[in-house]
Amino acid sequence: MKYNSVFDIIGPVMVGPSSSHTAGAARIGLAARNLFGRQPKWAKIHLYGSFAKTYQGHGTDFALAGGLLGFATEDTRMSKALDIAKDKGLEIVFIEDSAKTDHPNTVRLIIGDDDDKLEIVGISIGGGKVEITELNGFQLRLSGNHPAILIMHNDRFGAIASVTKILAKHEINIGHMEVNRKDVGKEALMVIETDQNVEDNILLELKEADHIIQIAKIVS
Amino acid sequence: MFRTVAELVEIAEKENLLISEVMIRQEMDIKNKTREEVFAEMERNLQVMEKAVEDSLKGVHSVTGLTGGDAVKIQTYMREKTPLSGNLMLDAVSKAMGTNEVNAAMGVICATPTAGSAGVVPGTLFAVKEQLHPTREQMIRYLFTAGAFGLVVANNAFISGAAGGCQAEVGSAGAMASAAIVEMAGGTPQASAEAFAMTLKNMLGLVCDPVAGLVEVPCVKRNAGGSALAVVSADLALAGVTSRIPCDEVIGAMYRIGQQMPSSLRETGEGGLADTPTGRLLKEKIFGTTV
Repeated sequence: MKYNSVFDIIGPVMVGPSSSHTAGAARIGLAARNLFGRQPKWAKIHLYGSFAKTYQGHGTDFALAGGLLGFATEDTRMSKALDIAKDKGLEIVFIEDSAKTDHPNTVRLIIGDDDDKLEIVGISIGGGKVEITELNGFQLRLSGNHPAILIMHNDRFGAIASVTKILAKHEINIGHMEVNRKDVGKEALMVIETDQNVEDNILLELKEADHIIQIAKIVS
Repeated sequence: MFRTVAELVEIAEKENLLISEVMIRQEMDIKNKTREEVFAEMERNLQVMEKAVEDSLKGVHSVTGLTGGDAVKIQTYMREKTPLSGNLMLDAVSKAMGTNEVNAAMGVICATPTAGSAGVVPGTLFAVKEQLHPTREQMIRYLFTAGAFGLVVANNAFISGAAGGCQAEVGSAGAMASAAIVEMAGGTPQASAEAFAMTLKNMLGLVCDPVAGLVEVPCVKRNAGGSALAVVSADLALAGVTSRIPCDEVIGAMYRIGQQMPSSLRETGEGGLADTPTGRLLKEKIFGTTV
């Protein structure tokens, strides 16, 4: 089921005016920032469907900026986020994209700095709830409702087992998990939604496991 | 875990629980939290709702000037005249509109289930409160009851205007409020379901056609309609009136109607009221001709 908590329905507490176009957009921006691990220096943001048609009226633009700056949905600085982004050296370009997408509220963020770059696609499915559907070209489904870890690894036997073994040892329960690869034997992406927050020392341990390339964590 | 209204009502009746209690227990279960923690989180939402209504009664206006000040107007009218639709009804309407005026002015609100429809559940709660004098716990339970029904809609249909039109937003919000009013007034779980069905039936087909794509016109006034209908349906259910079409089937109808709606009527700001001469003129005034 897409929605399982009463607080998906009664909530979030947020700055108006739209749960899908403002709060949801802020959450997608925040997810992108968390995955990138720091504030990016630039962002190219493609808006599709209803997002593209109404983003100015709904404040989707400042909300995405707010998320990239690390603002929560109820942060009252939200409506000033575009100015704050400029002050903090984050340059943002919005592109109204007419390409057809599966969901009417879809956004693609390409963010980066001098060292690194990240591309994610998020959808805002209603009431402030969002899903991340693509990361660096990998298809995935991430609700953002639970803590999650994203693990880039080499597509080899034993890679998944080495990760789950460590989680089991620390009594971390997996709520949802999926593995995706672009090609057999190449890079693959493991997405694990957990019931508990995964502490940094466990992440370090995971990083040392066999065939693991990179790890990012999202705190719900 | 309940997936339908029928299942929700069945659990409540079999175990002799309020709908709110079924929701609270499920939330504790899936989040692995204590009753106190779950209540505290909802209490925080309630406080945000109270603050929004309070702010609206001081008078708020959106940046565009399209909305604001109507909640104050209605409260003044209520004090000075005798409203034809009755004080409770108009109180609910004014507080629902007020909450949405705060939302349009980019103030802080609690989405229930969405921001555009955030006025209905708190508006009705704070109006009904004046007559039923609930405890604080009962007020928090009101939100759990509304949320339980909202979960069923979200999982079986949709709650966003972009996906299913305004019937999915204000329609769901009004129906959720009806069900919660019935529980607070001492009605049975089944009566809550009947009230929910009767409100949603009256909202079927409602499109999402915001002028200039803004959550202002007609959203603020649709919150008025949603809250008024919520009170009426609750009264009908408490009087023993039932819906000929079962609640879950009404939700199913809402889903199919939403799927048949063209995208111009699903939060794109292209059709309906947005596409009237005045709607187009307002858009031009706000964004200029280039948009």
